[in-house]
Amino acid sequence: MAGESNGAAGFGSSIRRREDPELITGRAKYTDDLKLAGMVYCTILRSDYAHAGINSIDTSEAEALDGVLGVYTAKDIEASGVPGGVPVGWLLPGLKTPEHFMLAKDTTRYVGDGVAIVVAEDQYTAHDALELIYVDYDPRDGIADPKKATADGAPLVHDDAPNNIAFDWEIGDKESTDAAFANAAHVASLDIVNNRLIPNAMEPRAALADYNDITGELVLYMTTQNPHIHRLLMSLASLGLPEHKIRVIAPEVGGGFGSKIHHYADEAIAAWASMQVGRPVKWTATRTETYITDAHGRDHVTHGEMAIDADGRFIGLRVDTYAAMGAYLSTFAPAVPTYLYGTLMSGEYDLPAIYCHVYGVFTHTVPVDAYRGAGRPEATFIVERLVDEAARVTGIDPVEIRRRNFVAPDNFPYQTQVALAYDSGNYEGALDKALEAIGYDDFRTEQAAAREQGKYLGLGLSTYIEACGLAPSAVVGSLGAQAGQWESAVVRVHATGKVTVYSGCSGHGQGHETTFAQIVASALGVPYDDIDVVEGDTGSMPHGWGTYGSRSAATGGSAIASAAEKVVDKARTIAAHLLEAAEEDIEFEDGNFFVKGSPDQSQSLPDVALQAYLAHNLPKGIEPALEATSFYDPANFVYPFGTHIAIVEVCSQTGNVTLQRYLAVDDVGNVINPMIVDGQVHGGIAQGIGQSLYETAVYDDGANLLSGTMLDYAVPKAHFMPSFETDRTVTPCPHNPLGVKGVGEAGSIASPAAVVNAVVDALSPFGVTHIDMPVTSEKVWNAMK
Amino acid sequence: MFPSKFDYHRPSSVQEAVQILSDNPDAKVLAGGHSLIPVMKLRLATPSALIDIGRIDALKGISRANGSLRIGACVTYNEIANSGVVQDAAPLLAEAAGQIGDRQVRYRGTIGGNLSHADPASDLPAAALALGATLHVSGPNGSRSVSASEFFVDLMMTSLQADEILTEVEISAASAGTGSAYVKFEHPASGYALCGAAAVVTRGAGGSCTGASLCFNGVSATAVSANGVAASLVGSDLSDGAVESAVSNLSIPDAAGDMFASAGYRQELAKAIGAQALRTARDRA
Ligand SMILES: Cc1cc2nc3c(=O)[nH]c(=O)nc-3n(C[C@H](O)[C@H](O)[C@H](O)COP(=O)(O)OP(=O)(O)OC[C@H]3O[C@@H](n4cnc5c(N)ncnc54)[C@H](O)[C@@H]3O)c2cc1C
Repeated sequence: MAGESNGAAGFGSSIRRREDPELITGRAKYTDDLKLAGMVYCTILRSDYAHAGINSIDTSEAEALDGVLGVYTAKDIEASGVPGGVPVGWLLPGLKTPEHFMLAKDTTRYVGDGVAIVVAEDQYTAHDALELIYVDYDPRDGIADPKKATADGAPLVHDDAPNNIAFDWEIGDKESTDAAFANAAHVASLDIVNNRLIPNAMEPRAALADYNDITGELVLYMTTQNPHIHRLLMSLASLGLPEHKIRVIAPEVGGGFGSKIHHYADEAIAAWASMQVGRPVKWTATRTETYITDAHGRDHVTHGEMAIDADGRFIGLRVDTYAAMGAYLSTFAPAVPTYLYGTLMSGEYDLPAIYCHVYGVFTHTVPVDAYRGAGRPEATFIVERLVDEAARVTGIDPVEIRRRNFVAPDNFPYQTQVALAYDSGNYEGALDKALEAIGYDDFRTEQAAAREQGKYLGLGLSTYIEACGLAPSAVVGSLGAQAGQWESAVVRVHATGKVTVYSGCSGHGQGHETTFAQIVASALGVPYDDIDVVEGDTGSMPHGWGTYGSRSAATGGSAIASAAEKVVDKARTIAAHLLEAAEEDIEFEDGNFFVKGSPDQSQSLPDVALQAYLAHNLPKGIEPALEATSFYDPANFVYPFGTHIAIVEVCSQTGNVTLQRYLAVDDVGNVINPMIVDGQVHGGIAQGIGQSLYETAVYDDGANLLSGTMLDYAVPKAHFMPSFETDRTVTPCPHNPLGVKGVGEAGSIASPAAVVNAVVDALSPFGVTHIDMPVTSEKVWNAMK
Repeated sequence: MFPSKFDYHRPSSVQEAVQILSDNPDAKVLAGGHSLIPVMKLRLATPSALIDIGRIDALKGISRANGSLRIGACVTYNEIANSGVVQDAAPLLAEAAGQIGDRQVRYRGTIGGNLSHADPASDLPAAALALGATLHVSGPNGSRSVSASEFFVDLMMTSLQADEILTEVEISAASAGTGSAYVKFEHPASGYALCGAAAVVTRGAGGSCTGASLCFNGVSATAVSANGVAASLVGSDLSDGAVESAVSNLSIPDAAGDMFASAGYRQELAKAIGAQALRTARDRA
């Protein structure tokens, strides 16, 4: 690319994140930091019951409390005439879409379901008033287990969804897969639970809504990963305000992991409340509310089987999953255990027959939706666990059985049996690099010696693939998305040659302000410090689809690259005119235009920019100013892959699992900023280790959330982690201008399987063949008995 | 996370604090606030007033005299863990205090608050039991002393009366030939003790055991002593085998289970962690 020599700050350099000084010193402004004149506060009363009828709600005492401006229930929202809906944005054939209103009307369906709203002058009063609302509930049975919920006679979440089934979905070819099993020499079979996770973004969700009843405009500051999606759904489904009258702004956002993609009732409630009281209204979730309202992740009950022939080749894969949807269908929920799950069942393997069947199941729990990895960790987990189980039943080494079954490097693009066409890959390359770094053969010797002394070590592999940067939009739409998946960018060169970049992505910790500037620095040959990146305001940039699904570099980065290319093209035309040369003869290098062969007579990009703005001497037909907009719709998904290896030690006395080493070799295509990519890998691995060893949302048989605080729900801590070892191979993405793939989720997709495979390996002397996540010390101790 | 309304008092003497406490039956003493404030934010506790004893100088000293170590109720974990005097006279307490929570918790939480709160999973009760600590208490009728073994009554319940304040913890300074250890198996979420074992052993001139105690946090409703098991070590050579056989008889009455760990598993953990604490204490004796 142009401008490779942009100091040390261009594409490929590990410069420090420019956003960090503000974030680290507490100067950055998050939604809850914002204060507007006349601002009041809103709180939401939530159901303590998993399932209950609402006989009546008495709000009179709360209304009488000093400082309370209003107390509202579903009836008031209905009476106000707004649509009041919280819609699902991904439709599958036959999907049941029961009504989801902004507050429960006559039935609550999970602990946390909103029942009433208080608006008060200060937060304390707003919380005090909640205790003065009296709801006469009619408690009913609830159910939390997605498989049991489908049994006849199980308590129903919605009357119009018999057996609680929201959808019944399949992919692959059942007949050919059954035939493969009929011919199999070996079958590996596992029953697993993919544990339910509670996102724990450091910043709780919050909204500050400012409705102006004279202009009819709503400004909504909120914790969002995708302001335009929120604006669209606020307009169409919840508030009924015209889209152009809503401006959604994402101030600094403190993490999301998916939980801030979704359109919830709460932010819409803050906006509606502002419309009622005519003052700015702030709502900020307490940590307790975060646990019972932020969409949870995972929660699958799965049976999986692999058919293997006499040579150790995989000939068929069959997977049957019950995936919890929770009480209502969250924004992208139906896509997660289907198109982001079933389509990944081929893993890195040349698998001739696959069949995956999924029930999406309503349960009396917090809705389930995308959470870092979204479907792909679940797919990778069952596939990679089955591969290890296949190794066990065939007696083939887990490394060898993987080699035998990988899609070969010369077999790309590779069409899987489950819709996806992998663009590029070299799976053995990453595996070999990882094995060498970990010292695989030496480890096996050490492991055998340790066992003699009653010390149990285990090594687990996860040779994973993932699909991210969903695209193109037409394909995503054909699968049911009620959204596009292209991305937008504006690259604006100012008269002085300084640059502002607007992206439709909306980062919340990923480092876009740094990496996107690096892309532009290299593309325009402009100093990195002369480039600013702006995101997260529907009032100042073209429509975009936001940041999730590891899409920002591949889609948003590509949009920026193509907008930058348009800028260079226009500047070249102007430069040719200024240099009195033919456009074809103009070269562009390090930010300078010159006639081929005479670089000393040049026009720099800032020179051209100034001329473009003055417009005193422009070529015919060329408009003034220097900026370009791009709407980039990628040709395909991108497919990062790699090998992760965990080494664990299991304490035979307590069952405690200690991670001794964790090594990741990832291939995420070209790397814009290696340090930031390492950071994403580290975070993802830590999150996956959290799922595999520590985290789980526990509901009791009546669907009450037992792990509702950080005293019980174990978010992993730094001292639980070994120092991660990371490395890369680079197989550029062939279909986007930057050759980049995605990295945001890779770590959390790959690591659970690596860790559990390692624990099962360590416990193999005890005859253990599977252990469910999280692998707590007691589970291990029981397994050793 | 917004507590209900409460009044706030900041007495400057123990007497004054006791007076306010007896005048306000719904009031609560505030020390480090690291147990009380969280439950107030969850509105699980709604005291009408807080009596902040954090500025009372008389509650903040560490001293050693006549073979006895005295620690004021408002001394923080950080001060205990890093005090040369405590490390020398009651290294077990310093070690246990150093394992509480994180740095922020250790800078705020106090020994008095920890013992008075009597959370079964907190780290100091077992150490106080194993060291045979004496707790000094002040109330409207003056002062009294309670032994640690009589102090912990039930789940989050002590023998403190509602109008009494714990003022000081007294511990006999460790004698020569004594070693101790606090070993904690952390709950991965809370960081509290799933099982915490406090062991003290003393070796005589010939190296054989002349005294031993072993107490646990986290296993049942209160910190418990397994001194019966420890006593069986007296006279032994404290070899790994002797320790192993002593703990094999360990059975903690009323061990409690929860959604994270069953009672049975906690019993087994107590054996493993207890043995480790005894071995380490022996090596330090
Ligand atoms: C994040 C976190 C992690 C933690 N981890 C641990 C851990 O690993 N191990 C552990 O042991 N603890 C842990 N704790 C709890 C911590 O140790 C508390 O500090 C302790 O339980 C209470 O001490 P305090 O001084 O903070 O008391 P406060 O919270 O102020 O008071 C606690 C209770 O004791 C009463 N009280 C306080 N002082 C006196 C007194 N002198 N006389 C009479 N009554 C009194 C109060 O009225 C109140 O009822 C943790 C706390 C937090 C927030």
